[in-house]
This record gives sequence, C-alpha cells and structure tokens, in this order.
Amino acid sequence: MTAGGLSFRRKAVNAFMLGLTGVFTVLAVGILFFVLGYLFVQGGFSLNWDFFTKLPVPVGEAGGGMANALLGSAKVLLLATSIGVPIGFLAGIYLAEYSGAAYASVIRFVTDLLNGVPSIVIGIFAYSIIVLKFGFSTLAGGVALGVMMIPIALRSTEEFLKSVPVSLREGAMALGATKSRTIATVVVPAAIRGLISGMMLNLARVAGETAPLLFTALGNQFWSPGWRQPTATLPSMIYEYAKAPYEDWHRQAWAAGFTLLALVLLVNITARSIISGGLSHKPR
Amino acid sequence: MATATFPQAARLSRRASLLRRALSGDSLAQLIVFLAATAILALTALLVWELWSHSGPSRAKFGWDFLRTSTWDPVAGEFGALPFIYGTVVTSLVALLIAIPFGVGAAIFLAELAPPKLSDAMTFLIELLAAVPSVIFGLIGIFVLVPMLTKIVPGLKDALGFLPVFAGPFYGVSLLSAGVVLSVMVAPFIISVSREVLLAVPRDLREAALALGATRWESTWDIVVPFARRGIMGSVFLALARALGETMAVTMVVGNTPKIAASLLAPGYSIAAVIANEFAEATSDIHISTLIELGLVLFGVTIVLNAAARLLILATGGKVSQ
Amino acid sequence: MKKNAMFLLAGIAMAVAASGETLINATGATFPYPMYSKWFNEYKKMHPDVQINYQSRGSGAGIQQVTAGTVDFGASDGPMDDKQLKEFQDKRGSEILHFPTVLGAVVPTYNIPGVTEPLNFTPEALAGIYLGKITKWNDPEIAKANPGVKLPNTDIVVVHRAEASGTSFIWTDYLSKVSKEWEMMVGRGTSVKWPVGLGGQGSEGLTGQVKQTPNSIGYVELTYALQNKIPYGKVKNAAGQFVQADLASVTAAAASASKTIPDDFRVSITNAQGKTAYPIASFTWLLIPAKISDPAKKKALTDFLSWMLKDGQTMTEALSFAPLPKDVVAKETKAIAKIK
Repeated sequence: MTAGGLSFRRKAVNAFMLGLTGVFTVLAVGILFFVLGYLFVQGGFSLNWDFFTKLPVPVGEAGGGMANALLGSAKVLLLATSIGVPIGFLAGIYLAEYSGAAYASVIRFVTDLLNGVPSIVIGIFAYSIIVLKFGFSTLAGGVALGVMMIPIALRSTEEFLKSVPVSLREGAMALGATKSRTIATVVVPAAIRGLISGMMLNLARVAGETAPLLFTALGNQFWSPGWRQPTATLPSMIYEYAKAPYEDWHRQAWAAGFTLLALVLLVNITARSIISGGLSHKPR
Repeated sequence: MATATFPQAARLSRRASLLRRALSGDSLAQLIVFLAATAILALTALLVWELWSHSGPSRAKFGWDFLRTSTWDPVAGEFGALPFIYGTVVTSLVALLIAIPFGVGAAIFLAELAPPKLSDAMTFLIELLAAVPSVIFGLIGIFVLVPMLTKIVPGLKDALGFLPVFAGPFYGVSLLSAGVVLSVMVAPFIISVSREVLLAVPRDLREAALALGATRWESTWDIVVPFARRGIMGSVFLALARALGETMAVTMVVGNTPKIAASLLAPGYSIAAVIANEFAEATSDIHISTLIELGLVLFGVTIVLNAAARLLILATGGKVSQ
Repeated sequence: MKKNAMFLLAGIAMAVAASGETLINATGATFPYPMYSKWFNEYKKMHPDVQINYQSRGSGAGIQQVTAGTVDFGASDGPMDDKQLKEFQDKRGSEILHFPTVLGAVVPTYNIPGVTEPLNFTPEALAGIYLGKITKWNDPEIAKANPGVKLPNTDIVVVHRAEASGTSFIWTDYLSKVSKEWEMMVGRGTSVKWPVGLGGQGSEGLTGQVKQTPNSIGYVELTYALQNKIPYGKVKNAAGQFVQADLASVTAAAASASKTIPDDFRVSITNAQGKTAYPIASFTWLLIPAKISDPAKKKALTDFLSWMLKDGQTMTEALSFAPLPKDVVAKETKAIAKIK
C-alpha cells in the first residue's frame, strides 16, 4: 500500500461498480413502475362502470364488461381460501406446538414438495380428480388454487407461532389453561398480525394464477350460478382477450390487467405494513 | 395427598380429570391438527400417484427414450420430450444470465450502500414486483417487449450475428424473448434473498477490510460476497425453480414451436407451455399420458432445485422468506 | 375479512338463483366462435332460462372433452374419424351425432411489403410452400400465376397453427387432396407434424404473427381475415379458376356436396367441383351425443338446433359465414329426432 493513497484505477473501479449496482437497483424498481404505469395508460381509461357491471358481449360487438369474471375470481378465491387456509393453519399449529421433531420434518419435507409443484401440474391434478368426475367448475378451480395455498399457509403459520415467546405459553399454562386453550387464547392472538398478513400475501399470490384455471374453471360468457358450473375469472379473461385479434378485447384485457395488478399490489402493501409497522433492517 | 388414602376417590378424580381434558378439547384439538398435517401428506401422495399412474402408458411405451428423442408428432403418435426440455433449460438459463448480474448487483447496492430507509423502501418495491401475476408479464411481453426486441435485434445481429446463438431470422417470439421476460420475473427473488444473506455477513469482516485500505467495492466484492456465496447460490436455485415452472408469460412469447435450434432468436417451446396448450385438446390417451409425464419430469427437477436452494441458503445463515 | 363475508353472501345468492335454469356447457372450435357466441347470446335473450356457455379452445378440445363427458356437447371443424366415433361409443355408451352449423372458408393470408393486391395461389404453390420446397416469394410457381406483380426475392416465413385446430384440419385436408407428396409426408389432421414454419396460438396468434412478420404466409378463417383487414389471396379451384373466398363461392362449394351428403353429415368439401366454387371451404359441426339423459338439457338442445336451422341461419352473413344449403337444412331438421 503506497503512502500516497489509492491508485486512480482502484478509485475508478470503485466508483464505477458502485454506480453500476445503483443503476441496476433503480432499473429493478423502475420496471415495477413501468408495468403499473403502462397498464394504467392502456387500460385505466377503459375502467368504466360497464367494465364492472356488464357481461361480455359477442365477438365484434363493442362494449360489455367483465363483471362475471370479477365475481368468478372472487368465488374461486373464496373457495381456495376455505380449503387452503384451514388445512395450512391447523397443520402449522401442529408443527409449531404439538408434533415431535421426526414427524415434523417429514411434514415439512412433503409440504416443500407440494410447494415445488409447477402450477400447471396442479391444474392437471385438479382436472383428473375433480373435472373428470364433476365437470369444469368453480369447485375445480377452487380446489386447484386451494392446494397451492396450503404450503405457504403452513409455513407462515409455523413461523409466526414459533416467534411467540415461550414465556407467554408458560404463563398461561401455569394459570391452569390446557394446551389447546393456551394456543387458542394466547399464542394465536399474539401472532395474529403475522398470521393475517401471511394469509393476505398467500391470497394475492394465487389471485394472479392463470395456468391452474385453464382446465378447471374453463370459462363462461354468462354468470356462473353456484359452484358446479364453469366460470370466467379475471386472469383467464386477460389471457383469452390478449390473444384475440379484436381491438376492443385488447382494451378490456389491459383494463382487467390493471384491475388485477392494482388489487394484488394493494393486498401486498396492506399485508406488509401490518407486519412490519415501520421497522427497518430487522431480520424477518 | 388425600387421594392416596381414598382409592375410590383417586379413581374418580383421575376419570374426572380425563373427562375434563377431553371436554376441554385438548385431545380433540390435538387430533384435529394432527389430521390436518397428515391430510397434507395424503394429498401430496395422491398427487404424485395420479401423475405417476396417468403417465404410465407413456412411460411404458417410450421409456427413457422419451427424454432423448425430439419428434413431437401427435398424428403419428411419436412423442419425444427433448425440444421441450431444451426450451425450458435454455429460457431459464438466459433468464439467469441476465438476472444474476442485475440481481446480485442490486442486492449489493441495497445491502451495502443504500441508507437503511432507502434500502427498505426499494426492497419493498422490488418484492412487490415478485407479486405481479405472470399473465401480466405475458401481456407486457407480447405488446411491449417483443416490438422492442424487434427494433434492437437487427443491431445485435450486426454486432454479434456471427455467433450461432444469434444466427438466423428473428420473428419476435423466440427463446430470447422468453428468457428476457423470465429474467424480470425471477430477479426479485435473487435480489431479496441475496440482500438478506449479505446483511447477515458479520460487520467485522467489512470493517477489517476497510481498515486495511480496501475500497468499498473491493471490500464488498472480494470479502463480503464470497462469504455469502452459498446463500446467493441458493437464491439462484430458487429463481431457477421459479423460471422452470413458469407457464403463462413463456407461452405468450416463446413461439410455441417444438424444435431445437442453436440460435436464441429462433422460436422454441417449454414443458409448461406445451402442457398448457395441448392438454385440453389431446385427443388420444397416449398424447395425454406424455403430457402428464412431462409434468412429472418438470416436477422432479423443480424438487431437486428447491431442496438444493434451501440447503445452500441455510448454510450461510440467510433466511428463506417466501 | 369483511370482504370475504360480502363475497360469501354474493356467492350463496348466486347458488340459490340457479334453480329453474338449464345450464349447458360446451367447448370446441375457434373457427365458428364469432357465430356461436352471437347465437348463444341471442338465444339466451329469447329464452332466459336456457344458458348455453360455449368456450372456444380448439376442435381437438371439443372432441376430447365431449368424449370425456366434461361438457354437454362439442364443436369441430373437422369431423370425428371412425376411431374417435368408436371411442365415444365405448366411453359414453351412445353414438355421437354431427350437426353442420355454417359454412366457412380458410384463406391464405400473407404479409409482403409492397404487395397490396390479392395474389393468386395454385394448389402446387401452396403445397410447395408448406412442404418447404418453395422458399422464395419470387419462385416461378408463384410468379407465373401473378403476372405483373413485383414479388421480392425474399425467404417465405411460413406460419401454421400451434395447437390442435379444425382450421388446420381443413387446410391439411385440402393440401392432402391436391398434393400426393403432402398426403404421404404429412397427411391431414387437427395437429400434424409441420415440415416448416412457426406456430401461432389460435387464429388470433396466427394472424398476429403474420401481421408482425414481413414476408410471411399463414392460413386463417375468412372471418378473421376480414376482421383483421389482412390481405388474402385467391386460390385456383378444381375447375381451373382463381377464386376469391366470399359467401357466394363458399356456398357454391357446398352445392355439389349437399345433394349427396351422407346421413351422418360427415363430409369434406375441399377442392369441390364447380366453376365458382372456392376450394378451401368446409362445414363446421356441433358434436352432440345421441343420448342425453337430462330431459331439460335435451329439450333445450333440440329446441336450439331447430332455431339454429331457421332463424340462426339468417344471422350468418353479417359475420361472413355462409348459411347451410337448403337440402342440408332439411335433412338436418329431420336428424334432430335422433337425439333421444
């Protein structure tokens, strides 16, 4: 090391590389704003009252909307949540509170396996166990998405329950509460913010999935009554309309894309602000 | 204790406490959560079994050759998976080649250089990018990226057209386009996890390097990053696993052509894309069976990668948040 | 959580509202989708308690899903072959019936910078291009049919359908009839091993690809070509005339076949006889099981078919489909009785 300080070359490399990493970061953040902005410009102005209240019209006619897709997505997600969240939540309790280490690692391993299944393959699975017996339906779509929700529900439940201090549990049991009582009235409420935000993130993730719905919910140009009929959903409408040669459909695809993205981002932002509540650089 | 002298009372009180426990639902609760956990085992077993059995005809007919042959001819009943495996691997590799420098670079900036509040805010936004549905990336892919590439590629070909990877005509939809879209989709994972593992590197290492006269960059690149190497590799594997299974964005921009070409500018196909396109309309049992076998292949590869990812990340003390 | 409760109520409301409605689901060809979506919409307006939901996924899907029993009926641009008929019989325990709905045409569409007039294509030219034998636009086979047109010396970019498609069936059926080499090497089918070319997904993907790619050629239904305002060429028919696809020439193509159409309505009218006949035309069919166990669905479908054959046929021209010949309508009306 010369007494005179750093060589010009080292300083230049330093400045350049640090600058480059900054550029990369700005680029990454910029892409998000680009996507949002582009969707808004292309589709935001098509978001009129019709879009939210009318049914699609036949090819070639102008106007119409995606009201049935909005309701369809809501129903499929409702069903998915009622399947995925309870199973994941209860299993998460089991792993965090009751189970022995050996069985727990088996469950975790298998859940990781399930999490690694590509979403299109989950679609095939739902097709073979539900559609072949009951036809294309909201039910099949809900099952497919529900199965996708289980692994994340389990992992986030386990993680947040484990983060509750042991002292809380011990305190409750010292007062005579049974284990299940302790969990229900002390541990879960203590972890509730994390649990809720975890569920919201989970929901936002499956809300955007298209592939598993392709051969489960199929699609519907009308309202889909009940749970055993095919239904339109927002992501599958986007896919169908984007590929079509009709300008009017493209316009609606952008509008639907913007709606979907806005909802997903809103849920994400809400969920994360529930957990973090303004902490910085804390390990999550 | 009093109960010792009154055996009957002892028995009664034992039964009462058993009853109390049952009524208070503790055993019941334990049973319920146990069943929930076991249900997951059963469900996954069912899934694997369904995949295995429905792919039976294909496995019996083609054996290992399935993975080696490249003819995909539904009319003649010849099915070879190689073009799809090739396309899946190539698009994912292109995605990583782009996403790794960008991702690790951005992670370095966020972990080492940016002031904490700015770092948190930007990381938050980048993690939101991970939440964007893939069909939207597909939309932007066809309507924005492909026209953009159609303008850029002629210039690229002038400079590098002698390389086999950039040979041949470019029609917009291609392996390259799919790779670029995928890179945007997987970069947030690399950034997020790499940032975590870099933050987990002990302060002293940096300070020691700086005290010895290293520049900021040198201390980061030569000391901190190697220390976090395993975790960064783990994030790369996670990104790869995501890229392999990605369906919608890929099928909208890859060209959907089951051919193997050396050039990235050629159209291609991926396992997930062919399943999405052909499953509902496969009109012969053997065709469906081969598609399911493809799904099984994809599943297997994704599992291995996910496992490797987690091990590597844990080995450097990072947290696998998902 | 409040959001969930609201949706729960709405969902339950939707479930309760279902009673009294006859809900029928179908999937199949994309070719006639503009017509079907119009028909089923109009029919629902007239009969609010009958909802026929048609999702276009391709002829292959129509055949596959109706055979699997996941939908009530299917639709296809290529008739089911004997093997598929037998498979349906084996799996679902009854026959499946073909009901022609409209006539359509498949046209060669292209994008050649500088060429604005409709090109003439001989059968040899089309077969040669799709076999990969004719690779340049100024090839003599193309040039000799188009005197006076400046064809560039550029490579032809061939585009075909990526997925199983009835439109592909009609195209390959025609090529098989006019080219022995094609018939031997590739054959006819909804999904074939294309010797050359890019795959576009759906008519939409294919027309999009051609629009975006200079010096490309593809094939697409007449309706989509008109909607998209893409130039399409004339094709030389069996009588030696270069014919532009339009309602008159398509109707002419069906004229000779309509008198001799078999009872099951499975017939190919590509390369038809007749001076004004357009050679790449086809019927498109609804695939309906002969036995429908639900009486409400059976009534709804048979009523719809009767309506389709009368009022429905008056709506076809507005969407660039040709109506069925009168002989065929008469024969079909009788065939409705076959649905038990």
